[in-house]
Amino acid sequence: MSLSTESQAKIDRELTKYPPEHRQAAVMSALRIAQTEKGWLSKETIAEVADYLGIPAIAALEVATFYNMYELEPVGKYKITVCTNISCMLRDSAEIVTHLEKKLGIGFNETTADGQFTLKEGECMGCCGGAPLFHINNTQMHEYLTPEKVDQILEGLDK
Amino acid sequence: MLNVEIDGKQVEVENGSTIIDAADQLGIAIPRFCYHKKLSVAANCRMCLVQVEKFNKPLPACATPVADGMKIFTRSKAAVEAQQSVMEFLLINHPLDCPICDQGGECDLQDIAVAYGAPASRYTEEKRVVLNKNIGPLVSTDMTRCIQCTRCVRFLKEVGGMMELGLINRGEHAEITAYVDKSVDSELSGNIIDLCPVGALTSKPFRYTARSWELTRRPSIAPHDGLGSHIEVHIKDGKVLRVLPREKETINECWLSDRDRFSYEGLNSPDRLKVPMVKHNGVWHETDWKTALELAAGQIKDIVNSEGGDVLGVLVSPNSTMEEAYLATRLAHGLGSDNVDYRLRHTDFRHDGKRLGVIWMGCNIPDLQEMDRILVIGGNLRNEHPLLAQRIRRAVANGAELSVVNPLDDDPLIPIKHKAICSPNDMVNVLSQILKAVSGMERLSLCLPKSLNDLLEKVRVWDNSKAIALSLTGHGETMDLISPRSAVFLGNISQHHPRYTEIFSLAEAIASLCGATFGVLSAGANSVGANLVGAMPKAGGLNARTMLESPRKAYMLVNVEPEFDCHNPRLASNALQQAECVVALTAYKSESLERDADIMLPITPFTETSGTFMSMEGRVQSFTAVTKALGEARPGWKVLRVLGNLTGVSDFDFDSTEQVKNDIFGGEKPSTVVWRTLNNNLRELIDVEIKVKLDSDLQRVGEIPQFQTDAIVRRSTPLQKTRQVVKAVLAALHPEQMQKLGIQEGERILVRQGSGSAVLAAHADSRVPHGCVRIPGALSATASLGELLGEITVERIPAEQPAGEVIA
Amino acid sequence: MSATQTLVCLRTVGQDNPASLATYLKLGGYAQLQKLVTEKVKATEIISQVKLSGLRGRGGAGFPTGLKWSFMPRYFDGTKYLVCNTDEGEPGTFKDRDIIRYNPHQLIEGMAIAAYTLGARVGYNYIHGEIWQDYEIFEAALEEARAAGFLGENLFGTGFSFDLYAVHGYGAYICGEETALIESIEGKKGQPRFKPPFPASYGVFGKPTNVNNTESYTSIPWIMEHGGQAFQELGVANSGGSKIFSISGHVDKPGNYEVNMGIPFAELLALAGGVWKGRQLKAVIPGGPSTAVLPAAAIIGATMDYDGLSKAGSSLGAGSMIVMDETTCMVKTLKRLSYFFFEESCGQCTPCREGTGWLYRVIKRIVDGQGRLEDLDLLTDVSSNISGRTICALGDAAATPVLSFIKHFRPEFEYYIRHGRSMVEDGLAAQSQAQQEVAYA
Repeated sequence: MSLSTESQAKIDRELTKYPPEHRQAAVMSALRIAQTEKGWLSKETIAEVADYLGIPAIAALEVATFYNMYELEPVGKYKITVCTNISCMLRDSAEIVTHLEKKLGIGFNETTADGQFTLKEGECMGCCGGAPLFHINNTQMHEYLTPEKVDQILEGLDK
Repeated sequence: MLNVEIDGKQVEVENGSTIIDAADQLGIAIPRFCYHKKLSVAANCRMCLVQVEKFNKPLPACATPVADGMKIFTRSKAAVEAQQSVMEFLLINHPLDCPICDQGGECDLQDIAVAYGAPASRYTEEKRVVLNKNIGPLVSTDMTRCIQCTRCVRFLKEVGGMMELGLINRGEHAEITAYVDKSVDSELSGNIIDLCPVGALTSKPFRYTARSWELTRRPSIAPHDGLGSHIEVHIKDGKVLRVLPREKETINECWLSDRDRFSYEGLNSPDRLKVPMVKHNGVWHETDWKTALELAAGQIKDIVNSEGGDVLGVLVSPNSTMEEAYLATRLAHGLGSDNVDYRLRHTDFRHDGKRLGVIWMGCNIPDLQEMDRILVIGGNLRNEHPLLAQRIRRAVANGAELSVVNPLDDDPLIPIKHKAICSPNDMVNVLSQILKAVSGMERLSLCLPKSLNDLLEKVRVWDNSKAIALSLTGHGETMDLISPRSAVFLGNISQHHPRYTEIFSLAEAIASLCGATFGVLSAGANSVGANLVGAMPKAGGLNARTMLESPRKAYMLVNVEPEFDCHNPRLASNALQQAECVVALTAYKSESLERDADIMLPITPFTETSGTFMSMEGRVQSFTAVTKALGEARPGWKVLRVLGNLTGVSDFDFDSTEQVKNDIFGGEKPSTVVWRTLNNNLRELIDVEIKVKLDSDLQRVGEIPQFQTDAIVRRSTPLQKTRQVVKAVLAALHPEQMQKLGIQEGERILVRQGSGSAVLAAHADSRVPHGCVRIPGALSATASLGELLGEITVERIPAEQPAGEVIA
Repeated sequence: MSATQTLVCLRTVGQDNPASLATYLKLGGYAQLQKLVTEKVKATEIISQVKLSGLRGRGGAGFPTGLKWSFMPRYFDGTKYLVCNTDEGEPGTFKDRDIIRYNPHQLIEGMAIAAYTLGARVGYNYIHGEIWQDYEIFEAALEEARAAGFLGENLFGTGFSFDLYAVHGYGAYICGEETALIESIEGKKGQPRFKPPFPASYGVFGKPTNVNNTESYTSIPWIMEHGGQAFQELGVANSGGSKIFSISGHVDKPGNYEVNMGIPFAELLALAGGVWKGRQLKAVIPGGPSTAVLPAAAIIGATMDYDGLSKAGSSLGAGSMIVMDETTCMVKTLKRLSYFFFEESCGQCTPCREGTGWLYRVIKRIVDGQGRLEDLDLLTDVSSNISGRTICALGDAAATPVLSFIKHFRPEFEYYIRHGRSMVEDGLAAQSQAQQEVAYA
């Protein structure tokens, strides 16, 4: 239910970056840390983060719903976010998307029945030189994708 | 000062003004949605774009500061094009549901669309739909109509003090919502209805009852607290359908508390007494006015004639008009009784005869937000005076320091600089400490009288008391002020306090040593007015407390529901039950009046009578009836007049409230009399005892919840449905206190005050200090208890004893 | 790396462990900071060198950095802040990522010099949330710098203190706008603030704040080492210095190329290996989608600098060059870009919140074969109505692609509307290309 002490310690470390009277400043990190622990941000988790920082829950919800890397619904163990923006589109991100859709049997914003994978469409990730690309769980960037490379990456993941 | 030109007209404006300020000053209308003079500037709706010379882009008038010599064009081609394009964008996703929208006819979007909109839309794509939110019983939502101006969000955050609404998601999906299923609980929540420029937020109680153009609008004065807010009552077919604020910058600004806005629903309550009633052999009978008045006058007259005037007690509500209080007092005097009082919830009257004038707030309402240092003693501002709380909130946002001495640690949604939270009894000690600390400040040359010095000698000053003293005298933590504007105020809890006079004396002494304003934030709409007309015992008469402690033979109740309005409901009902005759002038029937009274005379509430209220700042405000009386109800002043005539009181022929008012002020201008009369000084100091040992280990902290203050509010269904209204009345104790007493959370416990008792669920609440039990007053569940701040005992109920045998 | 590159901001690229402190120190890193701080060089002298360098904001706006620095109040009772904008979300922009992952210490040194100059006590580098691994590289670099005494209290025993922290976005393009970024640092939605007041007087936590782009700060140590004049001379008039161009899309070797300002477009394209697969160049977005697209004929002779691209009818932006070959359907490309601005609008201002969705829906309808010829005028009109009427530049950015795509490729749009199909996909790419060349002949 509540955040682990590890997560709380991480949030505390983020808080040291800001003046003590501006605890809200840490909400971006705190929500990320909570999401990393829980997999997604339930309303309870958001309220808990808000509580931890001493800010109104609605202020945390505003942030959680504004930035699109926060997940407000449960996602699979591996969330694959494929960039389809112009530079990736020009280098055929559509082929990567089709390949993933076929391979996983899901479309964007869907999760495989076994709860392993969720597919998301992303906006520009600022790595356009490596197009086409995706990142997994908001943390691991994979560039210069081809269908073969996608297969290798997926096989390399712990099931 | 800066000189600017708008549409060819010159205007001089203050430095820091925006274009919209300057235009408003000139009376040039610039359309706007998000801008509101009382809120921070968002500049997001873009409706107020205007052309400014030398700028290639249109600028938002609301956010653009003027510069000297600036030339502004609000109706140029560029400006109008910009405004029209914004209007088009606003309308593409706005539903065309004006015919079923409550805002229709008073909608900013509708009005501005007529002026700036195109006849047909170029938008042929699908429109946005937004789910409605349930944010409580007062405000209805139609979120598809929302134009995301965020006025509501900013109001609750900036004026209400708590961010209860937010704009979640982004872009086209942005929507206003509370957190998940939370309601908006601000005591000022109704203002977001007025602020909403479209029909997204409308009044839930008013919903679908009338179109705005069908309503007759009449001015009046809010009757529930001492602020004297200006209201506009909207009526259709003789029925009050809603209440809105009338803008009065120096009183309520453009706001209203929810209590003032939604109480009107109580006016239409089925409890309203429509015909006079008399009790005969324990059975109530409807009767005509003549019979009822003659019976009432006859019975009182008989009792007074046979036993003397002193057997009559007259209790007048502090929410009754000056005219009613005056006539009730004159009637009592005419019948030979000095037993008249309006201070129904007070318990300590030791400074009667020692006051130099009429007690008031000591300053004007707008002065509040100009203060640098404020000390509030015994008051829960949001509960008692929501709009004053808002002004203090603004003062603090501008750098003022707020300190409190209170028996409850409730969050005023204002940052508190220093606080002393202690039991009611300890408040006197704390104030002595503050006084001692203040008198010890080096910069003060004033000395206290020897008697007080001797008294204070033994007092040990705690750190927080010292900090409060330092703050008041200008030694702030962040900023030292040579001569701070300071104020010391007493709230309702102080006024109901069993040691009110000591608190008053100490607070007055503290204030005078600091050069601070000192005042009392009076509870009733006409507390100050009732004081001015002398609705109190003059010499040796009985006060609101003693006339119940020594039961009278006859009582006259003016607009009073004793079980809720008196300081000790148990004592009140005992006294009334012993009386031979109780005449109740009341707008409502109630179980307790039916039990305790003998004659009920239906009087009209404030909407159906003319009259005058005098606010806490001494403002005399007369109003007229806004609708006709319900049933056979008659204005209280007329009923009192006839009772006076029937009992033979001399010089009692008044044909109008103006005549009564004229009599009150002796033909002088009210302000002349008021100016002469208001005075918070005492003729002599009240004896203060620093440490008073109570018999019980526990003291009750009984405040009056904001939606229980008077008979009208208590009958407003929407207000009673709000979250502030406690569904199950709890006895709240500090968690450690509970542990010490071995009481579990939720456990039903027996609380006793004198001969009264109640069984209530226990609740741990760290806002309650040690040695206290928080049990609110003016509720049925606590009507069997005694004084609001009296001593109390708590007992666990043995498991085997069925709770039903105990009086609940 | 090609010989024609000038490595100022990417000078550690090609070294072993490029991001390490050791590598940076080997290249003379932190010497400028130490020199300026210990010799107590006057702020005015530093600012005048920055002004002389001709360095202009590398985030896209191109505002002269030295001038911006001079706006910071000299005397202020309280904390002043320094903010670095590493929130690259403009499609086609990925230069700052390479700075923080290959040369983080030069950025840190640049920020520390700026902090010294402007009297800022605390700094934040706000990094795009999507490049998490690079965020961690930068965090590690900060740790190294702190441990080595280049950040923290009383640096070099001079009493100068500067704390620098990494903070991150989490998926919002708008936070690349400096006031939205400041809001985000404060833990709020990234909704841009109305200006004035500018960050120099009311920035992070309401305090005076200087915000620059990553590449701008990273240029500072080089400018301090070689002098403002030398930096200016790398480039051309009005566009001093070197510049990293991020080249993506239909080129053979996409990536970052740091070259001198004023390089001819053709040379830069050649550096990136030219148009891929031997195809013809159709169009280029030279500075990210918020800059106008240019047909091949319009850009082929242009130089890559502020004035050169302005002359060609677009702008340099952040130097994010998106290259499109002859097979590109401009209607579908515009649809994707419009979706991007619709998706990324913060929702604050009416024209952008309502208008971006309107634009996207109309273009989508065209792509879905339901277009109407009058839609093109409508799109132009709606775009013009958004442009210049919002708090921040996202409104203008959303309008630019629509206006420029329709302006330069109108026949392709008309074809799509008439036939319900893409001209390019109908095998008429050559025809499309020919029309453009005629237009620019």
